[in-house]
Amino acid sequence: MAEEKKRDLLRTGRGKTPSRALARVEPDFLGKWEYAPALESTSHLTIRPSYDLFVGGKWVPAKSRKRFSTINPATEETLASVAEAGAADVDAAVRSAERAYEKYWRRMPGKERGKYLYRIARMLQEKAREFAVLETMDGGKPIKESRDIDVPLAAAHFFYYAGWADKLDYALPGRKARPIGVCGQVIPWNFPLLMAAWKLAPALACGNTSVLKPAETTPLTALHLARLFEEADFPPGVVNVITGAGATGAALVTHPKVRKVAFTGSTEVGKRIQKAAAGTGKRLTLELGGKAANIVFADAPLDQAVEGIINGIYFNQGHVCCAGSRLLVEESVHDVLVRKLAMRIRTLRLGDPLDKNTDVGAINSKMQLEKIRELVQSGIDEGAVLTQSGCTLPSRGYWFPPSFFTNVAQSFRIANEEIFGPVLAVQTFRTPDEAVEKANNTMYGLSAGVWTDKGSKIFKISQKLRAGVVWANTYNKFDPTSPFGGYKESGFGREGGRHGLAAYLEAE
Amino acid sequence: MTRGRRLRDVKSDVKDLAERPLPLVFPFPGRSVTVDQVALEERSAALGKRSIKKATKVAGIRLAISMCDLTTLEGKDSPGKIRQMCAKAVRPDPADLSVPSVAAVCIYPDLVAIAKRALAGSTVKVASVATAFPSGRSPLSLKLTDVKRAVSAGADEIDMVIDRGAFLSGDLRKVFDEIAAVKETCGEAHLKVILETGELETYDNVRRASDLAIAAGADFIKTSTGKVMPAATPPVTLCMLEAIRDHWLATGVKIGMKPAGGIRTSKQALHYLVLVKETLGADWLTPDLFRFGASSLVNDCLMQLKKEETGRYRSEEEFTKD
Repeated sequence: MAEEKKRDLLRTGRGKTPSRALARVEPDFLGKWEYAPALESTSHLTIRPSYDLFVGGKWVPAKSRKRFSTINPATEETLASVAEAGAADVDAAVRSAERAYEKYWRRMPGKERGKYLYRIARMLQEKAREFAVLETMDGGKPIKESRDIDVPLAAAHFFYYAGWADKLDYALPGRKARPIGVCGQVIPWNFPLLMAAWKLAPALACGNTSVLKPAETTPLTALHLARLFEEADFPPGVVNVITGAGATGAALVTHPKVRKVAFTGSTEVGKRIQKAAAGTGKRLTLELGGKAANIVFADAPLDQAVEGIINGIYFNQGHVCCAGSRLLVEESVHDVLVRKLAMRIRTLRLGDPLDKNTDVGAINSKMQLEKIRELVQSGIDEGAVLTQSGCTLPSRGYWFPPSFFTNVAQSFRIANEEIFGPVLAVQTFRTPDEAVEKANNTMYGLSAGVWTDKGSKIFKISQKLRAGVVWANTYNKFDPTSPFGGYKESGFGREGGRHGLAAYLEAE
Repeated sequence: MTRGRRLRDVKSDVKDLAERPLPLVFPFPGRSVTVDQVALEERSAALGKRSIKKATKVAGIRLAISMCDLTTLEGKDSPGKIRQMCAKAVRPDPADLSVPSVAAVCIYPDLVAIAKRALAGSTVKVASVATAFPSGRSPLSLKLTDVKRAVSAGADEIDMVIDRGAFLSGDLRKVFDEIAAVKETCGEAHLKVILETGELETYDNVRRASDLAIAAGADFIKTSTGKVMPAATPPVTLCMLEAIRDHWLATGVKIGMKPAGGIRTSKQALHYLVLVKETLGADWLTPDLFRFGASSLVNDCLMQLKKEETGRYRSEEEFTKD
C-alpha cells in the first residue's frame, strides 16, 4: 500500500493524491459526435465484367480457356472475371516481349523511352481517382491510403525513372550500361498498382521489356494500367500483363527467354524461384517477407512513437512486408507506451474501405484471414496477452481488428513468423545492446525503426541493425529516390533510387 | 559597472557564480517529455483529412459556436462595442433561435462590469484578460492588481499570460510562482493560462510550458493572445492536448484547452474538434473543457449552417457584424 502511495506521489509530482476518477480514466472516442458515412463515389469508374490478357499490345483471350473471379474482400461480391494464363499464354507473352525488345525498345534512344514513361506518370495522375477506387475495391485497403499513398507514389516512380532513361550512362560511372532483355515480373497483392510501378518503371527506363503478372486476388489495377500503356501508344509487346495464380507465375519465371526475374512476395515462393533460377544465367531480385523491429527508447517522443507504431503495423491492415510487426520497447516506458497504444487503437476506424474516414480496411483474402487467425491463436496458446481495439466487424467480408500482444517472448511464433496482418508483438529490452540483439534475432532483415530523442543514438543503433531500411522517428515512409530491399531471408537486390537501376542493367 | 575595472578585480565574479544555486530541474519527479515536430505535424494533418459531412458537420458547427469565446481586445474597445458584442454572444443568429449562445465574451478588465450587466440573465460568461496582457511585462504586484480588479468587477474567467521572457531564459520557477499567485488571486474565477506559443517556437517548449502551467494550477491552457503570429495552429493544439491527456491519465483531473487567434472558418473549427475527439474523446467536446478564442469564426459558422439548411451560400451582409 505504501508502495502504491509513493508511486502516486511520483506520478502527480505535487504531493497531491490523484482524484478518485483515476480508476475510470478512459476516453470515450465514440460518444457525442459521430462521423457520418463519407463514401467515395464509384460512378466515375467502369469495371468491365471480364478481362482478357494484354499481350503484344492487344487484349487476347487465354488459350488455356480458363478464367477466375476477383472479388471485393470487403463485401465478398464478385467484381470481374479474369483470364487465367496457361503455359502457352505465358510463352506468347514472353515472345511478344522479346520481339518488342529487339524491334523497338532496346533501339529507342533513352530520351524517347523517357517520354513514354512521363506520359504514363501523367496519365496515372489524371486518372488517380479511378485507380484509387479500383485499388480499394479489389484489395480492401482504405480509400485514404490508395488515394494518398498508393496512386501518387506509383506516379512518382514513373516520373522518377522516366528521368533516368536518358542518363543511364551516368548511373554506373565509367561503365557502359545496357539493357538485359525480357523481364518476368511477379508482384504481390498488398500494393498491386504500386508494385507494378516499382517493377515496370525501372525495367522500361533501362530499355527492357516486361511480362508482368499481378497477384490472383488483385489483378484489376494492373489490367487498368495495361490500358494506360495501350492509350499511351507504347510499341506493342513492350509491356504485357498476364493474370493467373502460382502456376502462371512459375511458368513465367522459368521461361527460358526471360532474362531477368523480379519477384515480390512470400519467402517460401522466393526460395522456390531462386532454386529454379539457379544455373540458368537469369538475373534475379527478390523482395520477400519481414519481421521488422520498431525499437522505442525511453527518451523517445512517446506520443509520436505511438503514431509511428500505429502506422508501422496497422497501415494497409498490416499487409506490408516492411511492417513494424515487433515492437521492442525499453522496459522503463513499457507500461506507459502500452497504455497509450491500447487507447490509440480504439480510435482506429475499421469498416467500409470506400469511406474516406476509414483507417483500417478489409483483410485481402479469406486465406490470409485464416493465416492471421491461426497465428493469433498460437500467440494466445503460448501465453501472450492479447489486446484488441474492440471495434465491431462488418458481417460480410474479411476482417480482423487491430490487435497487439504483450508478454511476448522471443521464442513465441508471433515474434518470429510473419503474420502479415494487423497484429503487433510487444517485447521489452533493458539496454541498447539488448535491443540490437533482439532486433537482429530473426531470419528476416528488411526494415527497422528507431525512436529516440538522441541523434547520436539513432546513428549508433541503425548501423548495427541488419535491415535494408532503417527509419528514425518515423515509419513506413517511401520515396522513389530511396533504395528499398532486404538482407537475409528478406531477399536481395534494391528497388528505387539509383541502386534500383542496377537490377535492370548489364554493366560493361 | 564592469567597465573600467582592472583584470585583478575580476576573480571574484567566479565566486559569485559558484554561490548562485542552479534552478531546480522541472518537471519535478518523472520523465521530461519531448515532442517530435515532424510526426506531430503529420498526425495533426492526418486528422485534418477527416471528411465531416451533413449531420456531423451541422452538429460540429453548432458545437463550435457554443464553444466560442467571442473576443474583442483592442485599444478602441468602448462600452458601446462591448454591449453590441454581448448581444451577439447571447443570440448569434436572431433569425434562428435554435443556434446556441456562445460560451463567453473575452475582453479587457476595465470593460468587465459593462459586459456583466449586458449579459445578466444569460448563460454567457465573462472572461477577462489580465496580468499586463498581452506582453506580461509588469511586476507581479501590478499583474495581481489587474486580476483582482477583473474578478471584483465580476469576471467569471481570467485569461492570464505567462512571462515568456522568464520561461525562455530558463527561470521556470518564476513562471510557476506567478501562475500559482494568479490562481490564488482568481478565487472562484476559472484561470486560463496563455502560453503565447508563437513566441515559444518549439513544440518541446510548448509541451514544457503546458506541463508547467497545469502543475501551477491552470484550469485551462490557451495557445495565444492573438497579438503574435503564428497564433493557434492545429499541431500546437495537438501538442497541448497531449499534455492535458498525460495529466488526466496520471491524476484523473481534466484540464481545458483553448486555441485562440487565427481560427476564422468553420472548416478550421471542425479540424480542431476532430483533434479533440480523437485525442481526448467526447468528454472534452463541451464548452466546459474546450473553447475557441475567436472574433470572426461565429459568422462563418452561421453562414455554413445557412448553407447546409438552404443549399446556398448567403451574402456576408446578411449576418450581423457585432
